[in-house]
Amino acid sequence: MSENIESHSYDILIIGSGGAGLRAAIAAAEGGAKVAVLGKSLLGKAHTVMAEGGVAASLGNVDPDDGWETHFYDTMRSGHFINNYKTAEVFSKEAPQRVLELEQWGAVFDRTPEGKIMQRPFGAHTFRRLAHVGDRTGMELIRTLEQKILTTNVDVFQEITATKLFLDNGRIAGAVAYYREDGRFALFAAKAVVIATGGWGKLFKVTSNSWESTGDGAALAFRAGAELIDMEMVQFHPTGMVWPPGVRGILVTEGVRGEGGLLRNSEGERFMEKYDPQRMELSSRDVVARGIYKEAQAGRGTPHGGAWLDITHRGPEYIKRKLPGMYQQFMALADVDITKTPFEVGPTIHYTMGGLKVDAYSCATNVPGLFAAGECAAGLHGANRLGGNSLSDILVFGKRAGDGALEFIQGNEGMPRIDEGEVQAEIQRVLAPVGKEDGENPYAIHERLQEIMADHAGISRTGSDLEKGLELILELKERSRNMVAPGSRAFNPGWHTVQDVSNMITLSEAIVRGAIERKESRGAQWRLDFPDELEEFGKVNFVHKLEDGEVKTYTSPVPEMPKELQELFELGAAPGVAKSGKKE
Amino acid sequence: MAEEITLSVFRGDRSGGREQEYKIPAMTGMVVLDALHYIQAHQAPDLAVRWNCKAAHCGSCSAEINGSAKLLCKTRVDDYENEVIHVRPMHTFPVIKDLVTDVSWNYEKLRQIPAFQPAINAPFTLQQRDVDRLQEFRRCIECFLCQNICHVLRDHDAKDAYWGPRMMIRISELQMHPLDTADRLDLLKGAAGIGYCNITKCCTVVCPQGINITENGIIPMKESVADKYFDPLGGLVRKMHK
Ligand SMILES: Cc1cc2nc3c(=O)[nH]c(=O)nc-3n(C[C@H](O)[C@H](O)[C@H](O)COP(=O)(O)OP(=O)(O)OC[C@H]3O[C@@H](n4cnc5c(N)ncnc54)[C@H](O)[C@@H]3O)c2cc1C
Ligand code: SF4
Ligand code: SF4
Ligand code: FES
Repeated sequence: MSENIESHSYDILIIGSGGAGLRAAIAAAEGGAKVAVLGKSLLGKAHTVMAEGGVAASLGNVDPDDGWETHFYDTMRSGHFINNYKTAEVFSKEAPQRVLELEQWGAVFDRTPEGKIMQRPFGAHTFRRLAHVGDRTGMELIRTLEQKILTTNVDVFQEITATKLFLDNGRIAGAVAYYREDGRFALFAAKAVVIATGGWGKLFKVTSNSWESTGDGAALAFRAGAELIDMEMVQFHPTGMVWPPGVRGILVTEGVRGEGGLLRNSEGERFMEKYDPQRMELSSRDVVARGIYKEAQAGRGTPHGGAWLDITHRGPEYIKRKLPGMYQQFMALADVDITKTPFEVGPTIHYTMGGLKVDAYSCATNVPGLFAAGECAAGLHGANRLGGNSLSDILVFGKRAGDGALEFIQGNEGMPRIDEGEVQAEIQRVLAPVGKEDGENPYAIHERLQEIMADHAGISRTGSDLEKGLELILELKERSRNMVAPGSRAFNPGWHTVQDVSNMITLSEAIVRGAIERKESRGAQWRLDFPDELEEFGKVNFVHKLEDGEVKTYTSPVPEMPKELQELFELGAAPGVAKSGKKE
Repeated sequence: MAEEITLSVFRGDRSGGREQEYKIPAMTGMVVLDALHYIQAHQAPDLAVRWNCKAAHCGSCSAEINGSAKLLCKTRVDDYENEVIHVRPMHTFPVIKDLVTDVSWNYEKLRQIPAFQPAINAPFTLQQRDVDRLQEFRRCIECFLCQNICHVLRDHDAKDAYWGPRMMIRISELQMHPLDTADRLDLLKGAAGIGYCNITKCCTVVCPQGINITENGIIPMKESVADKYFDPLGGLVRKMHK
């Protein structure tokens, strides 16, 4: 049976309507291209909406000594120097413009007493650098981009899931997707495609991520021949909620520590003194997460295995003004008044540093015409992401990906051809589980995958655990071929989960393979059997490719910084601090 | 709390449907969305419900729980001890399936509101006190619960005459921005139909973000419209609008 499907043709197709996708669409539309944006959710509700703490940019509004050099320095240091320095350089140079542009489009940031955009301190940022709106910065960002998109002629397709990318002689040709509402398929032919589908935090059970974060775009691009890099680097945010069970993993913004929150163990000790006496609670995320984990392992955890976070000393009025969402969240979901008592927090999966390997300037992948930006792409954050750097990442590289795609289509004007047979075959594949009763339950497969990842590729790893994990993933991959989705195609979450789970399994394999190869501890990768950071591994990234259906893992040299950038790390202090003559 | 909870969930689509009962084990601190997820994973994999953040940030999970318009992710199961929890889709919008409704009308209206037009280029100098009110309105998570509950839309289905409270606060926010230069009062009085609002305040009561939609948004906008179109008799007209 062959499906009659809706068919569209665009200059540029953007898959993902989070911050990166919307920013890319704006850039592409401003360049005069005919643009479509697809998203799995309604407009303005993508995962980006959840970001709380702020967007990092060296505006220097409260600390005038800040500048791109120091932001660059902090970003590279936090990434343990396996980031692509070119990516980090354009990023730190362009972030301030991208934030100011939001103000121009209607975003309303918190203000300094002089009436400028307010900036707050955050872990491992030398200066107060995060522009913010209380604890709902992501909402402000995505709302502003949504409102901007609505003034352009970009076609927005809501609640639609892309399942496959097509090539025409090696060049990107478009994608097929289905409407979640009724399971109808639509084909999008395009001269260039931008992947902006976000991360894959849903690979883990205890996660701060929304259901959307299943890594679809990264998996689709990987299957189309694109390379993945740094997949072993998965960020644990130190502070997720731990109790009650239903909220386990939900984020407690780093803003709480940014505003002065203190971490204590069950003995009342400010344990960060042991792990980073200088930066204490505002150390980098990998260090704080491990600190909390180690305290709990040593029997000094809270009743539900976390640490105490205490902000009461700031007083109820201040807390309710600067952290209203947190106050509400704990009141409503945990019956805890954070203005009066300390509360329990523990590590939660938060961000995926790895992803599609892209050019630092154009965001091009190795597949001609295929671009990627945002959390699904890699290179900026290296082994550990700084808080606030993702929101500026999606703005800077969203725009660059849109511009990159524009430039590509100028040199490649013809509309590529998509093979009708391939499209029909894909539709049959996607439809196969619908209406079947006997087979694997996709929710159960997802849960099993999450267990495997937590047990074998979690916060602390060993070679043997990882090897076992890989074996289990490959077994699960086989079982997953038999997933079923009882019911019809109309808004059927079981069926949607089948697609999500297949994508996550693909990526989990790359994560575990990367973690096995990286026989050292660096940033988010903590190997109990190789506890030290090793120089030789600081020179390589692990890259994965799909060859004849098999995941192959290679090493690729970390790009070497030119002398003038290297010198920024030889000043004895962060550049802005050294320049001002003040002590760090 | 009870060991087992009973939910009665609307199952159906545009052509109709009915509530169906599910019994599930209770968990400490469970919200209604957790309960629905449990049903999906164990009893009805095709039960349709929208959600994203599970933290009252995204405004996806709007529904009616025992007759009140609420976010599923923010409503605790233990608020309904020893009661059956009835979960139904928002009434004002057409059902797509189960708890998922077609809210596209709201996006059409959002698109019709003239965008922010600043007088100058950023960076702006704005005091916190000048932006407090704007930030209150920008807290909106577009859950459309206020649209759902507003009787003009809900009972009279006057969507062609009145754009509803969400659009009123979006317009208010733009109108109150100290640097904005566009004028939306014509729109308010005309197509957006602010005159249809008779300040029942049901929208304000239901807003999960605690936005004072009527007091801080709609009433000042009604006054601006009155000042522009009806002065010098503004005061009199304002009374008639109440
Ligand atoms: C709770 C929380 C708080 C955070 N706080 C901060 C913070 O304070 N500062 C900061 O810098 N970062 C923060 N982050 C991280 C940051 O929010 C994300 O990394 C960032 O928003 C990712 O944006 P994105 O545009 O890349 O992807 P997303 O926002 O994840 O968007 C992905 C888009 O792709 C779509 N999509 C996915 N698959 C498909 C498919 N198959 N077909 C069609 N569309 C698809 C989705 O529907 C969605 O529209 C936070 C994250 C979380 C979870
Ligand atoms: S106050 Fe106005 S907008 Fe709000 S519910 Fe009543 S009539 Fe509707
Ligand atoms: S104003 Fe309140 S109720 Fe209305 S859409 Fe916004 S958040 Fe929801
Ligand atoms: S799931 Fe986001 S508001 Fe409920």
